[in-house]
Amino acid sequence: MSAKIISPKTYVLVWLALMILLFLTWGASEINFGVFSPVIAIVIAVIKMLLVVLIFMHVRYSSRLTWVFAAAGFLWLMIMITLTMGDYLTRGTVRPQNKSIPEWKVDTESQSR
Amino acid sequence: MNIIEETHPPPPAKLEPDYLEAGHTVRSWLLTTDHKRIGLLYLFSIIFFFFIAAVAAGIMRLELLTPKGDLVLSETYSKLFTLHGVIMVWFFLIPSIPTVLGNFLIPMMIGARDVAFPKLNLLSWYLFMAGGMFALYAIIAGGVDTGWTFYTPYSSRYSNSHVIEMATGIFLSGFGSILTGLNFIITVHKMRAPGMTWFRLPLFIWSHYATSLILVLATPVLAITLLLMALERIWGIGIFDPRIGGDPVLFQHLFWFYSHPAVYIMVLPSMAVISELIPCFSRKQIFGYKFIAFASLAIAFLGFLVWGHHMFVAGPSVYAGLVFSLLSFLVAIPSAIKVFNWTATLHRGSISFETPMLYALGFIGLFSLGGLTGLFLAALGADVHLTDTYFIIAHFHYIMVGGTVLGFMGGMHFWWPKITGRMYPEKMGQLAALVTFIGFNLTFFPQFILGYLGMPRRYHAYAPEYQVYNVLSTAGASILAVGYILPVIYFIWSLHKGKKAPANPWNATGLEWQTPSPPPVHNFYETPLVVKGPYDYSPEEEERKLEERHG
Amino acid sequence: MAEATNAIAEQFDSSEQQHESAWLGLWAFLATEVLFFGGVFLGYIVYRHVYYESFVLASRTTNLVYGTVNTAVLLTSSLTMALAVHAAQVGKNKNLVRFLILTILLAITFMGVKGVEYYEHYKDHQIPGPSFVLKGAPEGELFYYFYFTMTGLHALHVVIGIGLLSVMALLAARRRFNPAYYTPVELSGLYWHFVDIVWIFLYPLIYLISRHS
Repeated sequence: MSAKIISPKTYVLVWLALMILLFLTWGASEINFGVFSPVIAIVIAVIKMLLVVLIFMHVRYSSRLTWVFAAAGFLWLMIMITLTMGDYLTRGTVRPQNKSIPEWKVDTESQSR
Repeated sequence: MNIIEETHPPPPAKLEPDYLEAGHTVRSWLLTTDHKRIGLLYLFSIIFFFFIAAVAAGIMRLELLTPKGDLVLSETYSKLFTLHGVIMVWFFLIPSIPTVLGNFLIPMMIGARDVAFPKLNLLSWYLFMAGGMFALYAIIAGGVDTGWTFYTPYSSRYSNSHVIEMATGIFLSGFGSILTGLNFIITVHKMRAPGMTWFRLPLFIWSHYATSLILVLATPVLAITLLLMALERIWGIGIFDPRIGGDPVLFQHLFWFYSHPAVYIMVLPSMAVISELIPCFSRKQIFGYKFIAFASLAIAFLGFLVWGHHMFVAGPSVYAGLVFSLLSFLVAIPSAIKVFNWTATLHRGSISFETPMLYALGFIGLFSLGGLTGLFLAALGADVHLTDTYFIIAHFHYIMVGGTVLGFMGGMHFWWPKITGRMYPEKMGQLAALVTFIGFNLTFFPQFILGYLGMPRRYHAYAPEYQVYNVLSTAGASILAVGYILPVIYFIWSLHKGKKAPANPWNATGLEWQTPSPPPVHNFYETPLVVKGPYDYSPEEEERKLEERHG
Repeated sequence: MAEATNAIAEQFDSSEQQHESAWLGLWAFLATEVLFFGGVFLGYIVYRHVYYESFVLASRTTNLVYGTVNTAVLLTSSLTMALAVHAAQVGKNKNLVRFLILTILLAITFMGVKGVEYYEHYKDHQIPGPSFVLKGAPEGELFYYFYFTMTGLHALHVVIGIGLLSVMALLAARRRFNPAYYTPVELSGLYWHFVDIVWIFLYPLIYLISRHS
């Protein structure tokens, strides 16, 4: 069969890297990085995913078509999240014409609690 | 004429039986992995579901003859339009062209013996039928009254009807759709005959490829949405439940992320059929092949960016509304590219008006009208006035019936000789196409006016001033019914009495016409070698031949 | 013998074509899985934005130790799975069976830890419903609803994976695979790595991102 054979050593090294990343992300969650805490956690998760997809799942050694298929799901998920969050992030940001600015401020504050 | 350089006359010694003669037992049909037989299994199933849903529509039209709700209770009416919507959308329109004509033709058009995963193909049909049985059970047990959109919290909390059973049916048939789409994608990538490059693929294949992308990428979102809704109904609370802070609008986001692209699942395959019919009956190379091919992919992609226009009045943010409105206008571009290219193909062609062509021309007109009224609805301001009126009903029926059903009928007539080996009666066909076109317009054009005047959808009674248009619409529906029943009768008649069809009755290009009608089990006696593009027609040649014949 | 098990299905011309089709088919299936899980992930992201304080508070009541241990278990099971596919590629049938069984055992370990975790949530009245209690977080119930739906769906996939890998182990024990034909093992491997990837994202979303923010 055509698939490339990768040495077990590579797999073990990838696993070690995954474990180190797990340790890092766990450690990072114990430290307060403010707004960057979630960013760090997600970035590490993406790196872990890439390691699994590229090496364990052999995408690195596969055809361009495989790359496209592997990326499509994530790309479409990003479309869904971006456009939906586009709604939730901008709700209540336009003042209705029948409300004065102070009235509207009270409204939005009570909405977002 | 032929795409194949040399046509090998089949050596009679190793003549394979055609796919219909290969087995006559019930078992040979129910356990078949032949894509052609699976296509026929789907054909019988979807026609069955079509007539169930059509009966529901008939009862609704009868109820709407008079302003008073005097034929059915309002509750029954809710169940009727839900039945009509659910069955038509998920058990007729979405499977219609891809699973019948797509299944039958995709392997033949690319010169393959079968789809990539024939067993999976059969499994898709069983999933579809299992889903259909759940849906039928839900109907017989008392029906569902939520509308085909299953909006929460009505579906998850207040409705007393058989929501779970119906959702299970849709979930299962959705799983079948996913597998069909996956099968087509891999088939197009991996099963093409030698020489069949991407730009030698018939446009039928491009459109079905785009459809399959949507099936694979959108349907799972419907699955999870219905699952979450059902979970909320069973568990008593859920993520759309306002009592614990849930937002019903989120349900709508998720639902339309699937259901708007689903519109393109319905109409792209119809465009696939039209792209084959127009060049064949104008005897001309298709105009702007690459534009049409890429427009299919563009429609599939842009279709994912516009779902918010179904929710303008549901309370999303104004900015989101603006963005969705703008994006919705963009979808008009690739759709218009297609219409213009088809029209340009007609220009200076040697046009003849056989039945499939009549349906194709009908499609172009009705789809244009449906698409243009879509622009009214994409406009944020106009939509607020028109939402939940009959304008919406008329708009999407112009796309669903005027688009998908006419495409399906055109395709069925065009490939009927290939599928059955018999010709349908041409004059009857032309008559049916004409009756369908007239009946359709009489049914749905008055609904544009009704909607503009403000008649709301989903009510069994209405203000008396709307009656004239409703009577027109009901009259049209009865003509339309004739247009649907006629083909069923003469198609069945033609199975025994129809003229025997030659391999290529339309003198069409395309690999499926290079093999006998009906085709042998493995489609071709020898794997074809493709050396030319798909639409190698020449109108001049055609004129010359005509002159020779008559002069 | 190879001929009998490697028979090419009649619609294909070569085993190469057959293998690539199956491989791409599974990747297309995984794309649908991404969007299937994506629907719930989207809901979680939306509500974490809308009810930020409640979600942060509720998230801190989850058990980070269980979550971290389970991540390590699943990542390790991905290693053993990759090694199983490697064993199949080089024709070491005994190793293939061993690594498959090891993967299954790790998967069962994961489910065990998850079970204990669920039981503790039950004892702490953190299962959404009439008996739900979480002080100070008015939308904490919504958080736990997501917690159970997301981990539940994931657990369902783990169970399916266990079934799939068990079948593979049985077939491997019957010497049904060889270096020329091991597609089912390879595809089960892809599926298993995908289950791992879902967890790679569930772990930070549920346990980590709200500890300090």
